[in-house]
Amino acid sequence: MWKKKPKTNDDYYLASQWTLMGRKLKKHKLARLSMLILLILYLGALLADFLAPYSLEEFDALYKDSSPTSIHFMHEGEFVGPFVYKQEKSINKKDFSITITEDTSEYYKIRFFVHGSEYKILGLIPCDIHLFGVGEGSNGGTGAKIMLFGTDTLGRDIFSRVLLGSRISLTIPFASAIISFFLGVSIGSISGYFGGAIDIAIQRVIEVIGAVPQIPLWMALSAAIPPGISTVKMYLYITIILSFINWTGMARVVRGKFLSLKNEDYVMAARLSGVSTWKIIWKHLVPGFMSYLIVSITLGIPGSIVGETSMSYLGLGIKSPATSWGVLLQEASSVTDVASHPHKLIPILFVTITVLAFNFLGDGIRDAADPYK
Amino acid sequence: MEENAYKEQSMHEALPKKTLWEAVRDFFKKDLVQYIVKRILMFIPTLLLISVLVFFVIQLPPGDYVSAHIAALATEGEYVDADYAAQLRADYGLDLPLHEQYFKWIKDIIWTPTDSTYYRLYGSHHNWKYSFAYGRDVWDVVDDRLGLTILVTAIIMIFQYAVSLPIAVYASTHQYSVGDYISSVIGFLGAAIPNFILAIVLMYLSYKWTGNANVGLFSQEMLQNGVHLYNFGEFLKRMIIPILVIGTSGTCGIIRSVRAQMLDEVGRQYTLTARAKGVPERTIVMKYCFRAAINPTVSGLGGVLSSLFSGSTVTAMVLNMQIQGPVLLKALQAQDMYLAGAIVMVQAVLVVIGVLFSDIALAFLDPRIRYSGGGR
Repeated sequence: MWKKKPKTNDDYYLASQWTLMGRKLKKHKLARLSMLILLILYLGALLADFLAPYSLEEFDALYKDSSPTSIHFMHEGEFVGPFVYKQEKSINKKDFSITITEDTSEYYKIRFFVHGSEYKILGLIPCDIHLFGVGEGSNGGTGAKIMLFGTDTLGRDIFSRVLLGSRISLTIPFASAIISFFLGVSIGSISGYFGGAIDIAIQRVIEVIGAVPQIPLWMALSAAIPPGISTVKMYLYITIILSFINWTGMARVVRGKFLSLKNEDYVMAARLSGVSTWKIIWKHLVPGFMSYLIVSITLGIPGSIVGETSMSYLGLGIKSPATSWGVLLQEASSVTDVASHPHKLIPILFVTITVLAFNFLGDGIRDAADPYK
Repeated sequence: MEENAYKEQSMHEALPKKTLWEAVRDFFKKDLVQYIVKRILMFIPTLLLISVLVFFVIQLPPGDYVSAHIAALATEGEYVDADYAAQLRADYGLDLPLHEQYFKWIKDIIWTPTDSTYYRLYGSHHNWKYSFAYGRDVWDVVDDRLGLTILVTAIIMIFQYAVSLPIAVYASTHQYSVGDYISSVIGFLGAAIPNFILAIVLMYLSYKWTGNANVGLFSQEMLQNGVHLYNFGEFLKRMIIPILVIGTSGTCGIIRSVRAQMLDEVGRQYTLTARAKGVPERTIVMKYCFRAAINPTVSGLGGVLSSLFSGSTVTAMVLNMQIQGPVLLKALQAQDMYLAGAIVMVQAVLVVIGVLFSDIALAFLDPRIRYSGGGR
């Protein structure tokens, strides 16, 4: 009675293009894993204020350039749960070398849902609860910090800054992908739909923009950003600059598809029924090759991430006080930084993982969208 | 039509006496030649469009060039009188409408007459304007590092192809083997890690293992005595990190595309036929599959060149290489836009020349291209 309905071939033949794609994508293990990772990263960005124990600018001179805080469980042979020791600094008066030790006289338990710096949930509701933090010491002392990824030269927590910075680093490529999508589809469709002189002109422009090396062009365009503007505007400028190049690839795909689709009967039928050109493009033609566009968007995102990171690293993109992963990496700009504070390279893990995840996801979608596989 | 051409040709072969005009005419009748001429002619509008794009970039920063220049002078404590400023504004044509400014800029680059102030000062007919960040003529600054930029890029490019083609052939003939996986993992990582970080890490490792961070392209000794044959080895040694850093990501791309192409070709019927006829495997792979698979790689040369310039710009800053990247950064930080524009333009033109070469090479390799008129 409860027997599952047997799967028939009809099921397969009746499934829409998107259902088929979804099914194939589910089988692609690497793409699924990438999707999971990206989901976690974006959730992290969304809940960054809550997950990060400290705010973007909170610093502690005691903790300058310190490596990740070690988490202990046993205090004087006794199990007390996860805790940290306060950091102690002593300066050798002879050669001014600094030795960092842990003050083991007192332990500071890691607490959850602690009160910390204030922030606003979704920019609206004020709140000061953080997922975890360090409270008072066992003897009532204060001043211990938990720095999971260590700190930068000013004593700011890199873990918090990576999380808060991911808001910019993870959304800029996305926003620019959306802008490139609309630019690419509009211009590509004009080129493919009308053909003739317009087509030739647009193709030339695309070719030229494609010929100029990306990063130098991005750098040159970033000269247009006026100094001393607000974070939001800076964000907007960078997004537009990144999309300035990315739309060309999209436009090429769209144009090619248009050339093959525009003479189909259904387009002719729509035209004869008096549907406007714009509506034909967006309602009848674009959905037909949406999957290709999604592949193109996904595979374009890694380039934007690396581009934003490189530009911010050079000081031409996002600038302090706004923080992105590229800004964090400025801390690791010389061999001595890397040699003495290798923990400053941690943000690179996030860049690499994100780029890889988008690449694998894009590959997965491409395989899924290919009807011949 | 073709038959006639053939007859004509065979007639000429019989009668070796051809007038010069006829020889030229026959030469241009060959479809390869026609194709090449067409491609070269297409180069001109592309060049013009690049210049428009670069002019747009130059115009981008808020405020004009002369104000930026005067502001830069003022911060150095130099006094600028109004006459000088007005003179500069006239030289740069800043009070003209935008399109006239563009034409003036282009005209000055193509040919500056002998009686101009510029010619008397610099003795050159090509006025790329003045770089205040360097206090020199723009072309002077660009030219300084142009040769080295091209040399470094060429070395990296040769390395890329020399490494990636054998690996791709190996990976496609040994699909899903350990070597195949290793090459794709390295390739993916190379593309995912931003160049500048890879450069720093390699510099650190080089310092740790050899006690020398290998910063810059030349040793102290080379800077004093110049690069000769005996210390060229040292130069190559210093190229190792740039090659690894800049080359890896592109290498990955080439490997992936050639591997995919090869896998396509290996599955074709003609391969099966050749194998059935007893052609040695080596010959099948190298003579049939590889020749067919190489075409997209050749046409991708422009893209590779472009990504090399892109990659080397950032890497050069970290590694302190004496190529154009650091100059571009300095120019942009100072808002010295004519210099920045010139660098972007030179790189773009080099890429377009690369594309031109690759298209011509492709026409040699693949006769189908010549007939279809090379529509891309």
